[in-house]
Amino acid sequence: MQQSNTYIIVYSAVLTIILGLLLSGSAQVLGPWQQEAIALDKKKQILGAVISAEEIDAMTPEQVNAFYASRISSTVVDISGKEITKEGITAEKVEIAKDYKKTAEERSYPVFIFHAEGKPDQVESYIFPMYGAGLWDAIWGYVALETDLNTIAGITLAHASETPGLGARITEGKIQARYVGKKIFDESGALIAVMMQKGEGKDYSSDAHKVDGMSGATITGNGVNTMLKSYMGCYEAYIKSKTASKAVAVL
Amino acid sequence: MSTEIVEKPLVVKPAEPLLSKRRKKLITDPLIDDNPVTVQVLGICSSLAVTTQMQPTLVMAISVIFVVALSNFAISLMRNTIPSRVRIIVQLAVVATLVTIVSEILKAFSYDMYKELSVFIGLIITNCIVMGRLEAFAMGNKPYDSMLDGLGSALGYSWIILTVAFFRELWGSGSVFGVPVFEYVSSLFGPDFKLATNGLMVTPVGAFIILGLIVWVQRTKTGYVEH
Repeated sequence: MQQSNTYIIVYSAVLTIILGLLLSGSAQVLGPWQQEAIALDKKKQILGAVISAEEIDAMTPEQVNAFYASRISSTVVDISGKEITKEGITAEKVEIAKDYKKTAEERSYPVFIFHAEGKPDQVESYIFPMYGAGLWDAIWGYVALETDLNTIAGITLAHASETPGLGARITEGKIQARYVGKKIFDESGALIAVMMQKGEGKDYSSDAHKVDGMSGATITGNGVNTMLKSYMGCYEAYIKSKTASKAVAVL
Repeated sequence: MSTEIVEKPLVVKPAEPLLSKRRKKLITDPLIDDNPVTVQVLGICSSLAVTTQMQPTLVMAISVIFVVALSNFAISLMRNTIPSRVRIIVQLAVVATLVTIVSEILKAFSYDMYKELSVFIGLIITNCIVMGRLEAFAMGNKPYDSMLDGLGSALGYSWIILTVAFFRELWGSGSVFGVPVFEYVSSLFGPDFKLATNGLMVTPVGAFIILGLIVWVQRTKTGYVEH
């Protein structure tokens, strides 16, 4: 049966409207749950830099939220290391992905501070978010520095769509464990960061600024390197101000 | 001019039972004899892509069942109104809507699964089984039958990908649903005994091999030959 053009056009239009309503309706209804899930996921990623993935997996969402609330405090700084105290700005609300598009000077930089259990004054590590480009799409992560603000305590890396089995391996605990104990600054205090090398299977345990690479994923590895170095550079002023004040405190 | 009104005796046909023989066949046929994956060779891409582990495969299977059954049902309801010239686009729009809803639900209630599967869930739209069943069955049959047909095809697809995933995860990662089976079995044979996993199984090549074996076993049993 051949329908008239008018029928086809009206039919398509009505169908579009109905399906559109269905979609926006479901997005509207599910929205609050999704926001919650995304917020929880972010907390898990932040915590992933300081505690193991198994521990996080074993926690219920309520436990994650409670753990996060009791152990993590946060602040937002600018490129010169000064705290931003604008109305309504919190570290959790800063969208690193959106800020990434701005120039380094205009971004706000959240810092998450991990406290010792039961001692809210004692800092265990500082967690810095970072964001960059992998081979296909965005990569991001959180790097935790120990109280000397130099040694890496842990790192979490995530990606939007790196190649499974190759670049996507950056999310594996085995790869991330390679960063633990490495140093961001050299002895003179210059920023070197940690560079993932090309090729895989070599031992870099004696070099504080190099980690073993991922075979077949050199470009993703380079992306991680650039991301780590550039964001550490952005946080350098904050880190230096912290270490300087600590040196004064020791004196 | 007089028109003769012929009163046709109203024959009340007994309603077909909800699961009559014919309807049961709609569900059971695609499981073995007319399996969408092993016989019709449809939906291969996704059976290669998602089957490295049981858990995501199960989520994928449930999503496909949901999408195929409901899109078959919806399209069959609309079948007499769909303009034939734009029917493919209408089908696509309905399928895409359902798939998007599935992915939104996953995002809300199983965010980890969403992160892992979002790409593949989106690709259900292009899964040949969905469009194939719409064109071949739902456009010409009643809603309930169409839904059963969709259910059957999706179940046929599901058990195949779950079987593939079972062996891939077992041999590739030494576990089933994340439970480290190999580790446990190795420990039974003493501390030095270690079952090795095969890296090939984690790659799509492993899926091809297992799929091939399933097809072989099945065709030996049913005697099906490609003409």
